[in-house]
Amino acid sequence: MVRYIANKFFFMLVSLFILISATFFLMKAIPGDPFTSEKKVPAAIQERLYEQYGLDKPVYQQYFKYLGDVVQGDLGISMKLINQDVSDIISQTFSASLKLGSVAIVVAIVVGVLLGMLAALYHRKLIDNIAMVVAVLGIAVPSFVIASLLQYVFASKLHWLPTMGFKGPLYYVLPVAALTAQPIAFIARLTRSSMLEVLHADYIKTAKAKGLGWMAILSRHVIRNGIMPVITYVGPMTANIVTGSVVIEQIFGIGGIGKQFVQAIGGRDYPVIMGITIFYGILLMLARFITDIAYVFVDPRIKLTKGKEG
Amino acid sequence: MKKNKSLLLLLTLVLAVGTLLAACGSNGGNNGAANGGAANGGNNTATDSGNSGEEKLAADQTLRINMSAEPPTFDPGQAQDSQANTVLNLMYDGLTRMDESGQSLPGAAESWEIDGAKYTFHLRQDGVWSNGDPVTANDFVFAWERVLNPNTTPAPPYSYQLYYIKNAEQYNGGEITDFSQVGVKAVDDYTLEVELVTPTPYFLGLTSFYTFFPVHQSVKDDEKWAVDQSKMIVNGEFTLTSWIKGQTIELTKSESYWDKDNIKLNKINMSIVNSSATELASYQNGELDRAGHPNGEIPTDQIPILKDQLKDELQIKGTASTYYYEFNVTAAPFDNAKIRKAFSMAIDRQLIVDKVTLGGQIPAFGFVPPGIKGLNDEFRTESKDSELFGENVEEAKKLLEEGMQEEGYTTLPAITLIYNSSEAHKKIALAITDMWKNNLGVDVKTENQEWAVFLENRQSGNYQVARAGWVADYNDPMTFLDMWVTDGGNNDAFFSNAEYDKLIQEAKTSEDLAKRQENFVKAEQILIRDEQVLMPVYYYTSVSATKPNLKGAVLDYSGAIDYSRAYLTEK
Amino acid sequence: MDTNPIKVMPSPADLRPEDFRKIGTDEKEAEVIQRESISAWRDAWQRLRENKLAMTALLILIVITITAWVAPWLVGKIYGYNYYTNDLLNTNAPPSFSSTHWFGTDDLGRDMFIRTWTGAQISLIVGLAAACIDLLIGVIYGGIMGYFGGRVDEIMNKFSEILYSIPYLLVTILLLVVLEPSLGTIILALTITGWINMSWIVRGEIMQLKNREFVLASRSMGAGSGRLLFRHLLPNAVGPIIVTVTLSVPNAIFAEAFLSFLGLGVQAPVASLGSMINDALTGWLYYPWRMLFPAILISLIMLAFNIFGDGLRDALDPKLKK
Repeated sequence: MVRYIANKFFFMLVSLFILISATFFLMKAIPGDPFTSEKKVPAAIQERLYEQYGLDKPVYQQYFKYLGDVVQGDLGISMKLINQDVSDIISQTFSASLKLGSVAIVVAIVVGVLLGMLAALYHRKLIDNIAMVVAVLGIAVPSFVIASLLQYVFASKLHWLPTMGFKGPLYYVLPVAALTAQPIAFIARLTRSSMLEVLHADYIKTAKAKGLGWMAILSRHVIRNGIMPVITYVGPMTANIVTGSVVIEQIFGIGGIGKQFVQAIGGRDYPVIMGITIFYGILLMLARFITDIAYVFVDPRIKLTKGKEG
Repeated sequence: MKKNKSLLLLLTLVLAVGTLLAACGSNGGNNGAANGGAANGGNNTATDSGNSGEEKLAADQTLRINMSAEPPTFDPGQAQDSQANTVLNLMYDGLTRMDESGQSLPGAAESWEIDGAKYTFHLRQDGVWSNGDPVTANDFVFAWERVLNPNTTPAPPYSYQLYYIKNAEQYNGGEITDFSQVGVKAVDDYTLEVELVTPTPYFLGLTSFYTFFPVHQSVKDDEKWAVDQSKMIVNGEFTLTSWIKGQTIELTKSESYWDKDNIKLNKINMSIVNSSATELASYQNGELDRAGHPNGEIPTDQIPILKDQLKDELQIKGTASTYYYEFNVTAAPFDNAKIRKAFSMAIDRQLIVDKVTLGGQIPAFGFVPPGIKGLNDEFRTESKDSELFGENVEEAKKLLEEGMQEEGYTTLPAITLIYNSSEAHKKIALAITDMWKNNLGVDVKTENQEWAVFLENRQSGNYQVARAGWVADYNDPMTFLDMWVTDGGNNDAFFSNAEYDKLIQEAKTSEDLAKRQENFVKAEQILIRDEQVLMPVYYYTSVSATKPNLKGAVLDYSGAIDYSRAYLTEK
Repeated sequence: MDTNPIKVMPSPADLRPEDFRKIGTDEKEAEVIQRESISAWRDAWQRLRENKLAMTALLILIVITITAWVAPWLVGKIYGYNYYTNDLLNTNAPPSFSSTHWFGTDDLGRDMFIRTWTGAQISLIVGLAAACIDLLIGVIYGGIMGYFGGRVDEIMNKFSEILYSIPYLLVTILLLVVLEPSLGTIILALTITGWINMSWIVRGEIMQLKNREFVLASRSMGAGSGRLLFRHLLPNAVGPIIVTVTLSVPNAIFAEAFLSFLGLGVQAPVASLGSMINDALTGWLYYPWRMLFPAILISLIMLAFNIFGDGLRDALDPKLKK
């Protein structure tokens, strides 16, 4: 296990390095820089800014300097949000995304899996149909339409919930609902699909034949196996939700990291772009890592140290 | 949007355009400049800063507004956008303040004398920083030195706003290292002497602009002070009491401000949401006291409806800025003046403002917008833009044909119009290209580009015709006309005309105001009437909605807002 | 599919090498035994046809597709305007059958009927093209990852992870700057990372399946890697694959809408359903038709894709047969 984790960790570092390099050069290849503005500042001031931020140096030198800084844990300061540390920007904007995101993930998984299981257990019955209609609506209606409708009905018309902001529990309701509509649908369908497979598998028949109780079969075999593809999906979904859905954040006025990222790219705020990319990268890799580990626990057929198979 | 990046300044003539109907009705045509005053009934906040005495103040003086973006900085020396402008105006007190009509009122300076290029400011003795220190002339010298010092990191982008001061540019450029040679001096603690390069009619107004604000001397060698709310020592009406990044900003009334008895708001809560639809919904829901320009936006689609629904709350007012399309005069086919003229004459501006932009904008035929001062009146009143050119489809067709003949075209080369991605720009581009197609029979492709990509292309001349907008830096025609001189930094049309350059150069050095005015008029004639370097589309307006119980928020000529003396009455 | 090895093979624990040699199977004979697959497809089609819901969905999709191409052309011919014809004197007109604008007009007075259907064209093209490319790359990539496992998996997985973490927006902006902005560029931008999700799903499935009894059996009978992968593993993973495909169509359509939201979508005056909804969003309270028609159509397309995908899954899944 330790060797497995160490191995994974090493790969993560290599991946991170490639990610940083790729993003860095990609970012530099895009036209414009942080000081592109409609009203140009005098050339002398512009040059001084380039010099102060090291943008006057050749790109490869900037790259090595950046790598050096990152290794020392220094993400630099923003070029647009004057003198603000990139690490502060990330931690402050991420806290909102994290709060919203963790609630959304729990809701998405619980509701999604429940819905999917119900649908599978009552395959081709009313419950199945209802669950699938709900799931399909979640997928069929764009999230920004859902968000606008929710906002209109519950905030503007009924006045039950606030229109925007992020100041207390009530502020979570609408964004979470809008944010989870799609993942719930996705999870419900994946769960249903794989549960159906499991339910028809021979070992379930065997278990039934052995006289195992329905609950035991469910908990010991069905759920465990049926949930596999969901785990695959939950990894990327977690990263997606937590890193923020820009559109939902925008509609409900939540200043999360997604909004910050889009803004940084628009403004060519190099240090912030790189900082958030690294942060996203780590988050995503961790999510994948946990997914892999989860696989091992859920499915005993997958072995950790894979030899040369096939 | 670029307009948000504007500088804002000074002396003003209010140009309230009222409702769209009022605008079209009273102007009947091309110039909306002169119908000053508020056309929509005097119920809006801009016009009633004097309170009538019968209103009852609300018990809870907490103002709630929204910003479409977070101010990038709280450092007046580093700021350069309209969000920072709104906040900094509340936190700092410059030498002067500006009232809604553009008159300079005493701020940190109680009084001043002007003698040609020499200004003497007498600071008030009761001016104090939020930590109790007195505000002295040295604080101003310190702040201005900091902005101009070439070693300040990062280089303050607006340091050139101080170049009117003698030797300031040289000090900023590093040619002079001794700051005592720069034309600013603290004679004693309460007397500040400023010497300019030449007499500049609009300098007094500039002193209410944030780059000229004082900063507390404790920030010396502390680059990050403006990131930390506990280190922000300010001399204005409000102090920053809470800042949750990306979410909210909270300002609280300062008890040490010299004029605190006239400050009625206790708190200002700002949310940071960049969705115009959400902002408006929130306003209508009673969660905000004001929505729209300059810190947000009213969705264009909803303006016509709101004109009915929120008749008493919606306010439309000119902002001294121009929306235009510029031609790259070095790229075919727009290297031909007749072809440029043909395109400019072939569109229907009134239809565009009535049906596309919807915000009561004024069709533009000149480059200097209403609201900018001329000799005795507004420039646009003294030199009507209807004299520059007019729309005429037949004439346009003829000019196009002549132009094509001159260039030897049988068909026009393929033309692409570029604009930066935005709903509003897209609509206008589609409407205009459709008019070109119908009226001139020319197919023009439209291409939207991401903001920085767009700017890069436009500034490097990699375009044929491009959308643009220009906002006044100060209240003088110069801010619109000096950009078109040969090789000017913002001359993206690559226009070059010796006579034009000469006119501008003369105006810059001339102390004869009449001569200056005459040169501006001539220059604009060359720019628009003769050469049609750009195609003016409309003069911007600011559209906003204010709750009836919010009073005393003041919009200046450029559309910047001052909430410092605002107050809430009982509903 | 009664010959499916899963049914006839004894449990692997009871297998001894002699069992296989005795039968004397070589590669060719194995082929013969499994030639059933052709009729398996016919079988699936049979089952699909019996699923009325799925067939309705298929019909809806066909009707929408045909209408999307024929209706704008026909109406345009009759009334003489196009999806980009402005009519500034008739903006935001409500829908009415008595006028020529059945679905009303938008903020530039353009006919919503024609725009909605041309928007559907764009959305269908974007969605289908992106989903097909995702499917192709994702299945091959994910299949190889899952099947070979070990180092191969590790490296390929890392590659996809890195690709997945590169800020998508940067890639898109760069693509749109480097390449001419066009539908092709947008599809490319959508697929450049879009296939990864599919590959992960496939990988997960294959990893799970490859240790199953029937695979083991087939392998011991001498089936090669390619054969195992394409004959045994992928067909058995078809359920989640189909579900993912039917979901990647809406994903692609919404991703395009999101790009429009950021101003990087299709170039105006061309519009997709997503970008039309997006345009209508700020004023939808007052001009609901501008959002409603594209939203209904997009939802209908999604709905049909999902139901059809479900039916297809049920029909194709060899294990579900009763």
